[in-house]
Amino acid sequence: MTRLKSDVRHPIHVSLNGEPVAGEAEPRTLLSDFLRHQLGATGTHVGCEHGVCGACTVVVDGMLTRSCLTLAAQVDGCEIKTVEGLAPAADRLGVLQQAFRRHHALQCGFCTAGILMSLDHYLARNPAPIEAEIRDLLSGHLCRCTGYTPIIQAALEAAAQLASSKKETSDA
Amino acid sequence: MKPPAFDYLRAETVGDVLDGLAQHGGDARVLAGGQSLMAMLNMRLAKPKLLIDIMRIRELRKIERTADAVVIGAGVRQADLLAWPDLAEALPLVALALPCVGHMQTRSRGTICGSLAHADPSAEMPLALVALGGEVLLRSARRRRRVAAKDFFAGMMLTARSDDELIEGISLPVINGSNFAFREVARRHGDFAIVACAATKTPSGVRLAVGGVADVPTARDWPRLEGSALDDALNAFAYELGARDDVHATARYRRDLVRMIGRDLIGEVLR
Ligand SMILES: Cc1cc2nc3c(=O)[nH]c(=O)nc-3n(C[C@@H](O)[C@H](O)[C@H](O)COP(=O)(O)OP(=O)(O)OC[C@H]3O[C@@H](n4cnc5c(N)ncnc54)[C@H](O)[C@@H]3O)c2cc1C
Ligand code: FES
Ligand code: FES
Repeated sequence: MTRLKSDVRHPIHVSLNGEPVAGEAEPRTLLSDFLRHQLGATGTHVGCEHGVCGACTVVVDGMLTRSCLTLAAQVDGCEIKTVEGLAPAADRLGVLQQAFRRHHALQCGFCTAGILMSLDHYLARNPAPIEAEIRDLLSGHLCRCTGYTPIIQAALEAAAQLASSKKETSDA
Repeated sequence: MKPPAFDYLRAETVGDVLDGLAQHGGDARVLAGGQSLMAMLNMRLAKPKLLIDIMRIRELRKIERTADAVVIGAGVRQADLLAWPDLAEALPLVALALPCVGHMQTRSRGTICGSLAHADPSAEMPLALVALGGEVLLRSARRRRRVAAKDFFAGMMLTARSDDELIEGISLPVINGSNFAFREVARRHGDFAIVACAATKTPSGVRLAVGGVADVPTARDWPRLEGSALDDALNAFAYELGARDDVHATARYRRDLVRMIGRDLIGEVLR
């Protein structure tokens, strides 16, 4: 049993996109603020702070997670994946990110980090999604710019591409 | 907005939780999936002095099937239950209703018991508990008790749980040889329901449970009714639920939904 006092900052250790990192948090510190202000990972955006918009979505121990509805204290010792972890290298985009660019699946980009995290997580587990499933997943996100259609097209194209690239490696 | 200050206790055993609740009572809140509580804290609708995180307690993570019931522990997330291979066979009504609880991104963390503790009048799991006639398993440092669904919900976001009690789990009966139907109307998929209905075939006829209209999910049993007798019964029920106008829908629209969805679902389960 661990009890953290309200008015004190406590050390929090996590794995962020595979790297061990640490910062300090009061019990009331939200994971979204911990990521942005303590760890400098500002790719995760904050829109509504009550779980509705999805901009802050990250992955914690394999679970899609609203970082605005999660305390930093809750994730001590956990593995966290954020949008910073999606690109294979600093100057290259991943398959899903490239598809977003080709299809104009973002305009202002405010919602994009959260949507990418949901899609990346979903496609890894459901390699052959149909459009209705992508729409169901996107119901957990608000985008005020794109009208969603380009996002759906990008997701389906990325899924197909990821599936065929897997086929090639296994055939080789 | 940001939450007010509180102490955070990471419980490792049920004993830790019960001690914390016994000591701090109403000043403490159980933190489960956080999908309702954290929003209330961020909006400062709740100002507890202590949060007791129960999600690292292994013994609460269990889904257990007994001869005639399924017991779901407080640590079972909505996504865990959806992924349980026996769900459609053992609890077909829950299999129909659970995908309507929020979004994939909230079901991944939100718990079944947290939804019951929160007791939103339009929430799907409280409706399923009432429709199936399940029980809530409460435990404090002093005692353990089981409360029937119909006695558990006391009003809008109010339950029979006392401040020092943990919902340790719920028990849902496995009902063989019946039919179940569920439907809800919401502004968008994943939003809280404007009206949600669940129907079950009973030995003597049919039960219809309605959420989103009265302050608590409400069930009514009827013998096999048909034609205008069924219309009259549904109309009377729709009025008894005391629908009110709000920003989402008018009272009249809610009554219409109860009459229309009710009739459809009853037709489905009695077919
Ligand atoms: C965008 C969004 C959409 C949503 N849509 C829906 C919807 O359509 N339908 C729906 O039903 N819900 C919906 N929800 C809420 C649902 O996701 C929550 O999971 C649920 O209401 C609460 O469960 P939780 O585990 O997250 O509980 P928490 O948020 O952790 O707790 C909620 C309350 O219950 C108490 N509590 C929790 N567990 C226990 C326990 N074991 N014993 C005693 N007290 C306990 C807490 O102290 C708190 O007061 C939505 C949430 C969001 C963010
Ligand atoms: S900022 Fe977390 S859901 Fe909107
Ligand atoms: S791209 Fe602007 S909100 Fe989605």
